[in-house]
Amino acid sequence: MHRVVITGAGTVNALGHDVPSTLAAMREGRCGIGPLDFQDVDRLSIQIGGQVRGFEAEGRYNRQQMSLYDRFTQFTLAAAKEAIGQSGLTFSGALAAKSGVILGTAGGGVNTWDQNYRLVYEEGKNRVHPFVVPKLMNNAAAAHVSMEYNLKGPSFTVATACASSNHAMAQAFQMVRSGMAPAMVTGGSESMLCFGGVKAWEGLRVMSKDACRPFSANRNGMVQGEGAGIFVFEEYEHARARGAEIFCEVAGFAMSSDATDIVMPSKNGASRAMEGALADARVNADQVGYINAHGTGTAANDKTECAAVADVFGPHADKLMISSTKSMHGHLIGGTGAVELLACIMALRDGVIAPTIGYEEPDPECALDVVPNEARDAKVDVVLSNAFAFGGMNAVLALRRV
Amino acid sequence: MSVKDKVIEIIAEQAVLETSDVSLDSTLEDLGIDSLGLVESIFAIEEEFDISIPFNANEPSASDFDISSVQSIIDGIDALIEKQKA
Repeated sequence: MHRVVITGAGTVNALGHDVPSTLAAMREGRCGIGPLDFQDVDRLSIQIGGQVRGFEAEGRYNRQQMSLYDRFTQFTLAAAKEAIGQSGLTFSGALAAKSGVILGTAGGGVNTWDQNYRLVYEEGKNRVHPFVVPKLMNNAAAAHVSMEYNLKGPSFTVATACASSNHAMAQAFQMVRSGMAPAMVTGGSESMLCFGGVKAWEGLRVMSKDACRPFSANRNGMVQGEGAGIFVFEEYEHARARGAEIFCEVAGFAMSSDATDIVMPSKNGASRAMEGALADARVNADQVGYINAHGTGTAANDKTECAAVADVFGPHADKLMISSTKSMHGHLIGGTGAVELLACIMALRDGVIAPTIGYEEPDPECALDVVPNEARDAKVDVVLSNAFAFGGMNAVLALRRV
Repeated sequence: MSVKDKVIEIIAEQAVLETSDVSLDSTLEDLGIDSLGLVESIFAIEEEFDISIPFNANEPSASDFDISSVQSIIDGIDALIEKQKA
């Protein structure tokens, strides 16, 4: 069994187009959620989201690339460029042969589906661009990362709705820990902020019209975001030998299934996932200083999550910090675990705990230290990152300071 | 613009070349257009002339539409326009 560390990170999300600007925004408690801007937005009852602004794809990709890259792939490649560039790794020879890319996404090329359905159903066109299929397929982003960076090892895409990124990163971690791969590119991405993407979600009646207020008594739903978070997970000795900059260690993970309801979360499922992550990382509950919560801002998730934390951590639950950065970047669905890992890195490496912004009223059912509204300086050694998804699929990652 | 000029424009764009670099007896391979480039060119041609080209990538030579050179493509389009607009 090998130790696994993070040696590269990249992102595009509503808070910024790279890691430094994202972390700065988190530190400042800035809100990236605002009015949505796309075709037919006025037909929606939900008109806010964490939309990525000012990302000029045409300036980054040539005509042929643009014909193949859905927006979720565009975000992924920009984040991958930052992460892999930062790691200093070049994938060639044996390293290329054994390193792969595992990404999470819930919807894949949703914008491509939406645009082309519009063409054939609304505009009555009888032909669509030949690249529609390779563009919208869920594995497109991972495929292009593999092609761009010469990753010839195991690559695939994982879908577990809002936990997709955590499941993907857990799989990548496993491959490095077991010695199957010396390094893996991992994370996730999502871009569903288009008319069809938001309209589909409205029907569930869980989205907020005004803000994402995790843990607040007056919270009234989730807010969708978009973007990508990409990391390089590397075997520890390999990273050390080449003098790589190490962000933190990925210490363990657990996955559990609620096996109860298709949308309502189960306290038991969440608890088992957190306990499992602690056991896998061989840490005690009282060593955890910070949890990056799933914290969607829905009535159901936040109280269930807090109850699960209380169960797992007992009295220590009152001492640890638990915040939801979804309050700032929105819920990136299949990409959310990846972007939220950045808050974990900031906690471990920089000693800064990201806040839960928009917090207005304490809720007795969420009576934990949710780091309300302002970031906090604190030294923590171990953090957890939670993801509890539709379908009752849970994945929790444990990370350690190095 | 004539059919010939339009086709040369479409193929030049696909090949990322100047229209002056595309001659009537060029093959698509000469111009560096690969299989994905070919289906994209066919799409562009169908869109431009509002015709339906019977091309199957598994059997490229099975249909009447001859893609072996720029000239043969132009001839094929002329024939389809006549047949499909009638």
